[in-house]
Amino acid sequence: MKKARVATIWLDGCSGCHMSFLDMDERLVELSEYMDVVYSPYVDQKEFPSDVDLTIVEGALSTDHDIEMIKKIRKNSKKILALGDCAVTGNISAMKNLFGTEAVMQKAYFDLVDHNESGKYPQEIVPTLLDKVIPLNEAVDIDYFVPGCPTPADAIYEVLKAVLEGKEINISELTRFGK
Amino acid sequence: MIKEKVRVKTFKIDGIDVTGQSNATLLEVANEHGIKIPTLCYFEGLTPAGACRMCLVEVEGSDKLIPACTAKIKEGMEVTTNSERIKSHRKMILSMIFAERTHTCSVCVSNGHCELQDQAVDLGLDHSEVPYIHKVFEIDASHKEYIYDPNRCILCTRCVRVCDEVEGAHALDILSRGIDAKIIHDMDEPWALSESCTSCGKCVHVCPTGSLFEKGVSATEMVKKKSIITNLIKTRKER
Ligand code: SF4
Ligand code: SF4
Ligand code: FES
Repeated sequence: MKKARVATIWLDGCSGCHMSFLDMDERLVELSEYMDVVYSPYVDQKEFPSDVDLTIVEGALSTDHDIEMIKKIRKNSKKILALGDCAVTGNISAMKNLFGTEAVMQKAYFDLVDHNESGKYPQEIVPTLLDKVIPLNEAVDIDYFVPGCPTPADAIYEVLKAVLEGKEINISELTRFGK
Repeated sequence: MIKEKVRVKTFKIDGIDVTGQSNATLLEVANEHGIKIPTLCYFEGLTPAGACRMCLVEVEGSDKLIPACTAKIKEGMEVTTNSERIKSHRKMILSMIFAERTHTCSVCVSNGHCELQDQAVDLGLDHSEVPYIHKVFEIDASHKEYIYDPNRCILCTRCVRVCDEVEGAHALDILSRGIDAKIIHDMDEPWALSESCTSCGKCVHVCPTGSLFEKGVSATEMVKKKSIITNLIKTRKER
């Protein structure tokens, strides 16, 4: 059987779900028989490849760059799996929406810092924050939703196995919002 | 006054023959027969409010879905509690409840002990079908023991009803409509200044979510003691 080409990425998340992925431990060896990781923080690949079977996305969409990435991911992937509450609901990343981007920038770059010589927000190199943080499915179509904060390794394993084998799975039996 | 005679009615739920007293609700009869209908705003012993719409069921001969918790039973009616159509409506309703406020489960006091979360699991809702709104509500932490966070309130009115019907204080009510609605104390006073609140905490313990909670608890720590209220209502009825 041809191995599935799998990509993973984290957008506005804490990397916890990627840690959880690694917590699959020896089961990663088993999974590696069915999949190749072609793009990920785990591997050294700079450009998002053009022909991916499954992309696992951790994190919400918070910046113009996140939006650009998720659109590219959608274009280049057969399936997208939203991993973790930030990708699925916005979660912690979206708590900012209650205060607004301006208030958060003020806190981070003025109120809580000892030095900010320019007296400005960073505007170069770093991406621009959106007015509102959104979960992935508010920007593109998502094929699988696997909530959890972080999603437990057991749930990731069961879901990945089912997806790779093309089997149906009831995700709510494995994880939930806040798990 | 002549009391209405209580009679027995026979009808069908999911093809099963059931009987109930003529003054019973559909939900009560279903419960008595071990037929599970999902609920959120319903609380045993309190007047049903029909607020959440989780308990919607189909009745043969009508296009409308009706809430089982407030529906009166009728002789010969045929009720369906779990069709694909009902399931998809329940998922949409639950999505709207989640999306209307800001439910950040991972940091919530009720994480792991929340009836809203449980409903999502039971219905297999793994994401909201509608966009989140993130409207901001100010938290009322003025009371010495309790906190009200409207950002997690599902407007089920259990707290309002328990305060009125069991504690007899009616310190709580709902202000505004729709997206702006929230629970208030007296005439929208800070909780600590409410003259009718007796600080009994019944509202906190019937609240299905992390909206009403005790001070000092952190994420996952707020376990509600609902059985205390249920037992109290039962004991009073038996007297
Ligand atoms: S009230 Fe329930 S659903 Fe809302 S954030 Fe808390 S645990 Fe999650
Ligand atoms: S505070 Fe709790 S009990 Fe009261 S309406 Fe809101 S969710 Fe229901
Ligand atoms: S339980 Fe019937 S409407 Fe809420």
